[in-house]
Amino acid sequence: MVEKPNQVNAGSKSGSPTMQATSKPTDLLSQHFSIRSLKLKTKQQELLIRVTILCLVYVLAFITRLFSVLRYESMIHEFDPYFNYRTTLFLTQKGFYEFWNWFDSESWYPLGRIIGGTLYPGLMVTAALIYWTMNVLRFAVHIREVCVLTAPFFASNTTLVAYFFGKEIWDTGAGLVAAALIAICPGYISRSVAGSYDNEGVAIFALLFTFYLFVKAVNTGSLAWSLASAFGYFYMVSAWGGYVFIINLIPLYVLVLLITGRYSMRLYVAYNCMYVLGMLLAMQIRFVGFQHVQSGEHMAAMGVFFLLQVFYFLDWVKHQLNDTRLFQAFLRITVSTAVVVGAIAIGVGTASGYISPWTGRFYSLLDPTYAKDHIPIIASVSEHQPTAWSSFMFDFHILLLLFPAGLYFCFKRLSDATIFIVMYGLTSMYFAGVMVRLILVATPAVCLISAIAVSATIKNLTQVLRAKPKVAQTGSSRGGSSGKASSKGSLDQSQPISKNGAIALLFGAFYLLSRYAIHCTWVTSEAYSSPSIVLAARGAHGNRVIFDDYREAYFWLRQNTPPDAKVMSWWDYGYQITAMGNRTVIVDNNTWNNTHIATVGRAMSSYEDEAYEIMRSLDVDYVLVVFGGVTGYSSDDINKFLWMVRIGGGIFPVIKEPDYLVNGEYRVDKGAAPKMLNCLMYKLSYYRFGELTTEYGKPPGYDRARGVEIGNKDIKLEYLEEAFTTSNWIVRIYKVKPPKNRW
Amino acid sequence: MARSPLILVALISLIPLLCHSFSPETPTGRRILVLVDDLAVKSSQSLYFKSLSSRGYELDFKLADDPKIALQRYGQYLYDGLVLFCPTVERFGGSIDQAAILDFVDSGHDLIIAADVQSSDLIREIATECGADFDEDPAAMVIDHINYAVSENEGDHTVIASDNLIKSDVILGSSKIEAPVLFQGIGHSLNPANSLVFKVLSASPATYSANPKSKLSSPPALTGSAISLVSVMQARNNARILISGSLSMFSNRFFRSGVQKAQSSTKHEKSGNEQFLTEISKWVFHERGHLKAVNVKHHKVGEEDEPAVYRIKDDLEYSVEIYEWSGSSWEPYVADDVQVQFYMMSPYVLKTLTSDKKGVYSTSFKVPDVYGVFQFKVEYEKLGYTTLSLSKQIPVRPFKHNEYERFIPAAYPYYGAAFSMMVGFFLFSFVHLYSK
Repeated sequence: MVEKPNQVNAGSKSGSPTMQATSKPTDLLSQHFSIRSLKLKTKQQELLIRVTILCLVYVLAFITRLFSVLRYESMIHEFDPYFNYRTTLFLTQKGFYEFWNWFDSESWYPLGRIIGGTLYPGLMVTAALIYWTMNVLRFAVHIREVCVLTAPFFASNTTLVAYFFGKEIWDTGAGLVAAALIAICPGYISRSVAGSYDNEGVAIFALLFTFYLFVKAVNTGSLAWSLASAFGYFYMVSAWGGYVFIINLIPLYVLVLLITGRYSMRLYVAYNCMYVLGMLLAMQIRFVGFQHVQSGEHMAAMGVFFLLQVFYFLDWVKHQLNDTRLFQAFLRITVSTAVVVGAIAIGVGTASGYISPWTGRFYSLLDPTYAKDHIPIIASVSEHQPTAWSSFMFDFHILLLLFPAGLYFCFKRLSDATIFIVMYGLTSMYFAGVMVRLILVATPAVCLISAIAVSATIKNLTQVLRAKPKVAQTGSSRGGSSGKASSKGSLDQSQPISKNGAIALLFGAFYLLSRYAIHCTWVTSEAYSSPSIVLAARGAHGNRVIFDDYREAYFWLRQNTPPDAKVMSWWDYGYQITAMGNRTVIVDNNTWNNTHIATVGRAMSSYEDEAYEIMRSLDVDYVLVVFGGVTGYSSDDINKFLWMVRIGGGIFPVIKEPDYLVNGEYRVDKGAAPKMLNCLMYKLSYYRFGELTTEYGKPPGYDRARGVEIGNKDIKLEYLEEAFTTSNWIVRIYKVKPPKNRW
Repeated sequence: MARSPLILVALISLIPLLCHSFSPETPTGRRILVLVDDLAVKSSQSLYFKSLSSRGYELDFKLADDPKIALQRYGQYLYDGLVLFCPTVERFGGSIDQAAILDFVDSGHDLIIAADVQSSDLIREIATECGADFDEDPAAMVIDHINYAVSENEGDHTVIASDNLIKSDVILGSSKIEAPVLFQGIGHSLNPANSLVFKVLSASPATYSANPKSKLSSPPALTGSAISLVSVMQARNNARILISGSLSMFSNRFFRSGVQKAQSSTKHEKSGNEQFLTEISKWVFHERGHLKAVNVKHHKVGEEDEPAVYRIKDDLEYSVEIYEWSGSSWEPYVADDVQVQFYMMSPYVLKTLTSDKKGVYSTSFKVPDVYGVFQFKVEYEKLGYTTLSLSKQIPVRPFKHNEYERFIPAAYPYYGAAFSMMVGFFLFSFVHLYSK
């Protein structure tokens, strides 16, 4: 079981290992013979078609992500990408060592942030390398254009990896389908449109590439592939915190192989080399540092590493000892000793604090309700919410139906590679259910497994169509040439399906796939191409209205405030203020200091005079709030306000959530809680709003985002003054007055 | 036509002459507007005004309801100080109102308010804005049956001889005021929420505030040492305000009269009023106690230039020059209680600066092992002196990757392990490959 495939593998490089597990050497010889004599011409044609399809898919993956550039402009999207852009700019201007040692005094005032030590530099270094390469080649591009197009470029590369991965686990057909599916899958596009310059853009490529290389290493047992996968892992670690998924999935996979009796020398080589080298390489990333040996999240990998050594040792002892009874006794002693030693090591490590416990994020992945009860700051982020069914359907469409079918095929032809993809699919599907953003991690697995389903089904059906007159002659050779072991069996079983039935089913499959393509394009153009920094809406006459208030406000800050002014806002806007407004912020999207964020939350939810004390202690000069009452923009600060209260109340118990609610209900109208009506956030959002008529036929002060007339129209500000309000009132900036002169 | 540009140039060149508010560089030749109810005040209080004008102030006397008076023209203040000797005025003439006077103060100018019995609401409100609440009964006077002035005794004990002066050389001058100060007028209390106002002349515990002509039916609202007779306030922008409950204490009559405190045998030939009020006017008009801080410098030990950022554990030197205005020139300020903080949300370093007696204060310390955006803060608040509030922001960064020690003894076992492993691996490979 273990040794034989290896020997066969040496003979044929093109075939997948699973095929060899069942086929006999004599079969292989005849296949080679038949390929060489008969199918040479066809093979060349097939190669041509394959390369053409891959090229088209490569281009398609790129251009389908350009909707955002066409609709809006070449700009950086959302929140985190602005930080990435700012750091990339710094990297290209100041060089790598300055970047590596960058202490940023413009964020987290007054604490500052060691940028070099608290980010995953993979994305920035990648973009900078592309930029420098372009410059060497005399393409004078702006770094922003490089950043905008990095994610689509890597999405294209991901399709290539998907092809090779599909080829590795199933066959070339499945690889091609996987490449095509992943190229336009909305779950992936949502994080990789042009302008979405975020870690995930390159990380999904790195993730899939690492997995592919590891599976390749397991299949071949080659040290070279294993080394390559370690480097892939290194790239992944440098790019995204999601590498924890790899370092837990691979040990789990190894463990499953051990339990199911699939332990082999190939696995031993692949895992040991990948783990040891990958760990050493990952330690070079400052942000990760010694976590591989010190953090509870990485202990599974280390445990499996030691387990593998024990396994190898036992195997050797078994080989040396020919006495079964003696070996059984030895086995018992060794296993119990290993377990005891491991348990003591973990116990001592945890008790002494050497091994840090699991982080909140990790807990909240395993237990979806954890964050809600314990870490409001994680629960407050919309992309950390549990996934709704509709968004699965939205992001996967027919893949959701094909996924179980693909699993069926995988189980039917179980091999080391298919076990891996099944485990990847199932675990990532679970995580996708826990957090919306992790749909992204599940997408490659879903695409690959669905591709197997599509490819296998279509192949079977076409074989029914083409092979019916002469089943007996071509059956074995075609099954062999496609490298698909079960096709022989399925061909025999598929006899009951009539030719017409097969045609109907084929049309059905093509209809579904075309619906998928249409859906993906529609989703990309409608839902995922919005930069969210420029908002678009439909006007009364169906025309497109653009709200460019964010950039208006940040530009105002840049032009009209002193260079060392400190701006307080809720943390969502921190990165944008530093990147576009070039001003110091108190908190930003790198939520590393909960107390500091809670202080801002407390200021926002206090009365004005209490808030003033807090703002004075933080040297705040300007306060920025986002308000959607005029435009009906619903993700504004009033709607986020309860999270500020919760996060503030988590550290400062003087802030109590029930004070802001009426009978458990969150309201801003006349029936709102008195504290709500007088807290700083309410005052800043609705200052002078009571004079404004927003909608025809409604009283003045009608909040369109919440559809109510506000409860406090006569707002007086004592310690702050309005400094700037954008044209659609989306961003409002207030200046903190100096202390009173005579008091 | 050709002359109009010339006139324009002439006018522009006049602008600096029109706007000479107090500036640390040239605090001389200052103009003061004196608003009075009645021009008779000019003569009845002439001794006081003479002391002012003899010190170089240009006094501009106007009736409080003169329709032509104005504090500013074309956005420039015409005066550097304002004296309100008009306790009964209900409405100012011209463009002056309560807000204009408060703006005048808030833009850094000095103010002297003298209220009196039957003060108008306007004067009371201005005083209230400056932290002093006069007795609400307009007819009320400060009465003291123990510390009244004997010579001026008219039977109702409203002329008080008080010597409860604030103990501050900078406000009241270095020569001690021997004679008690005579006071006749309305008392006020200080708003406890206001931290900037303080009593200069306070009443004795036996004092109370009531209408001397009517029978006392209910306990008086203001009693004892809660009553302040004369208060001063230094605003955050260092504008100085004097609030007095008595106009008559400025009068020539009180200046000249002798004084004997009840239950005291010593009789002073001359009351303390002249000395007290002259000295305090010097303080109010910044002839004393006005500090300036210049040349804030900091640098690493052994270097001259100010860095843009410090590293943790750097040794640095900080220095600042502090001078005091003596009335004619800037003199070095000598004190041993000026402190600097190295501050990030709380002071990490708090050091007293050493003075070289020539105005230069300096110290040196080690940057704490904490990175962040720090501030050098000097918060010098001393009674009577202008508040010095200097802060200078400076980021402190952690070590760079190449600033750590490269070889530390504790790591030698690791180096040894690494190199022995390499050698061992090489030998093992050699033996494994070539020994058959």
